[in-house]
Amino acid sequence: MKIAVCVKQVPEGAARRLDPATKRLDRSGEGALNPFDAHAVEEALQIRDAAGEGEVVVLSMGPQKALDSLRKALAMGADRAVLVSDDALAGSDLVATSGVLAKALEREQADLVLLGQQGSDSDGAVLGASLADRLRLPMFSQAAELTVEGGSIRGKRQTEFGYDVIEAPLPAIVAVSDAINEPRYPSLKGIMGAKKKPQETLSLADLEVESGAAGEEGSKTEVSTLGDPPPRGDSRKIEDDGSAAQQIVDFLAEKRLL
Amino acid sequence: MATLVFLEHHDDELQKGSLGVLSKAASLGDDVTGVVLGSGVAPLASGAGKFGASRVLVVDDPALEAPLPQPRVDALAQIVRDRGFDTVLFAGSVLAADTAAGLAARLDAGLNWDLTDLAREDGRLVGKRPALEDSVYADVGWRGEPRLALFRSGAFDPSETGGEAEVEEVSVSFEDFSQAAKMLEQAHEERSGPSIEDAEVIVAGGRGLGGPENFKLCEELAEALGGAVAATRAVVDAGWYPYAAQVGQTGRSVSPKLYVACGISGAIQHKVGMQSSNVVVAINKDPNAPIFEFSDLGVVGDLHEIVPKLTELVLARKGS
Ligand SMILES: Cc1cc2nc3c(=O)[nH]c(=O)nc-3n(C[C@H](O)[C@H](O)[C@H](O)COP(=O)(O)OP(=O)(O)OC[C@H]3O[C@@H](n4cnc5c(N)ncnc54)[C@H](O)[C@@H]3O)c2cc1C
Ligand SMILES: Nc1ncnc2c1ncn2[C@@H]1O[C@H](COP(=O)(O)O)[C@@H](O)[C@H]1O
Repeated sequence: MKIAVCVKQVPEGAARRLDPATKRLDRSGEGALNPFDAHAVEEALQIRDAAGEGEVVVLSMGPQKALDSLRKALAMGADRAVLVSDDALAGSDLVATSGVLAKALEREQADLVLLGQQGSDSDGAVLGASLADRLRLPMFSQAAELTVEGGSIRGKRQTEFGYDVIEAPLPAIVAVSDAINEPRYPSLKGIMGAKKKPQETLSLADLEVESGAAGEEGSKTEVSTLGDPPPRGDSRKIEDDGSAAQQIVDFLAEKRLL
Repeated sequence: MATLVFLEHHDDELQKGSLGVLSKAASLGDDVTGVVLGSGVAPLASGAGKFGASRVLVVDDPALEAPLPQPRVDALAQIVRDRGFDTVLFAGSVLAADTAAGLAARLDAGLNWDLTDLAREDGRLVGKRPALEDSVYADVGWRGEPRLALFRSGAFDPSETGGEAEVEEVSVSFEDFSQAAKMLEQAHEERSGPSIEDAEVIVAGGRGLGGPENFKLCEELAEALGGAVAATRAVVDAGWYPYAAQVGQTGRSVSPKLYVACGISGAIQHKVGMQSSNVVVAINKDPNAPIFEFSDLGVVGDLHEIVPKLTELVLARKGS
């Protein structure tokens, strides 16, 4: 069984900002594997290992240094990494990103494509459904449990009304909930081994995608202005030095909540 | 402008969020059409007139019985193409997000998500989109048509301004791949257990608790404060706490006087369920946790240390 996992590198901590000039997410600072995607990688590893055979390919579209995040997935145990990277990709929105990643996935012909529930930088939770439409594959999202059996995949998904159980024949696309598993930490051996695993970087030309179909040019949405959030009332932040509990009590008393 | 609004329904009722989006669209002065997709749903359609739809299209087909996105993409794509809608609006939900995203790919159309408002400025449609845990407010737009928009859940309240809607049945065809996923068991309300909606104080726990057994820390604090216990989706999905206690987009919306968040990161989907709380206190060991962006008192520290002490102090104060 071949499983492809779509993973994304996201800006971390204080490096998270929108660039006022391009109005795009600033991807120049510290980056990390999107935490939601570690769950998708873990699930793929568990499915592969339960089957006792198969391959887990991790796939990302992003700047060259997104390789770091792919390597983390390799260190966790994935077998191979593919990065789609090209200057012409900057500023890609959902339409452009799904077009490019669909091409990369077509080359792989995986039995199962897994995604994380959402990008921590975009909060979209939308890419899986777009990919499914482009690849003409069945999909479902928000899977909190998955079982693969007899050529199909079954999952439990939470919606506004409670839990559904959905089944789809393979090949299929599934976005997983962040509660589906506890992602493993890469071992030292895993980290060392990751360097030797196959890692491929593809350009748009390699995928036969015209540069006009990607990046800002291939995008159908735009950001026109950036503003500050509305001012908030007085809010306080303290660091616990042993007295936090007392400070909370004082605060509640002041607000007449005790 | 010809605007189409996706009207989601559940248990024979049009959803409040969809009707809110419909009212919003009508308030912009456009000609607004609603669309209801399902099986046996024709009777629901006329109800949308009150909220501003001049016409409601209905696709009544067994292929649309289960609330799955892909057959809905087929139906909407045909309707949008055949009738030339230039704008399609969705109220945020699991079903709507997957449907809108599939439609974006099918029509190569721009989708802006998580919008909290929509306006017309100098003749252009502008979406309001808080980003990066709402630390930045962006104005977003579309290049080309149709424009697709997905609103944050609860963005608008429905308002009854309209009259009668003309109802028209439409038939569509479906792709094989769109019908391949099957619903084996459809959600029924799992609303058993005590109600958190009426509680004046809520102590909510997230994955930072570390395990289901640690929910007792929240329970003890809640009891001391005379409140109820709530949870995030992450811990409900993991089976640590019942769904009835979940706060957020796919759970309940609460507005207590006090909301104490323990080990909760503060994802947008959680925030939408608790942002109307009067006072929010958050305990999280990560100083960069988004929850601090909307807490009145943010405490950076280990909840395992702080919460038991807090419970003790509250009890001591009450006892005295
Ligand atoms: C369509 C959709 C719908 C959703 N609906 C909902 C919904 O209704 N409700 C909901 O809650 N979520 C919902 N989510 C999920 C949401 O995006 C987040 O995944 C979820 O809220 C995270 O839960 P959490 O805060 O418990 O876990 P995490 O994000 O893992 O956060 C745990 C936090 O605990 C902190 N922590 C760890 N250890 C300690 C310690 N010892 N002391 C103090 N702090 C500690 C960490 O720093 C971290 O910030 C939805 C997502 C999608 C895509
Ligand atoms: N540039 C990308 N490269 C690879 N996978 C991605 C990329 N962007 C998003 N994804 C995947 O799509 C999921 C949902 O992302 P989003 O729809 O942007 O919230 C993520 O959790 C990833 O699994």
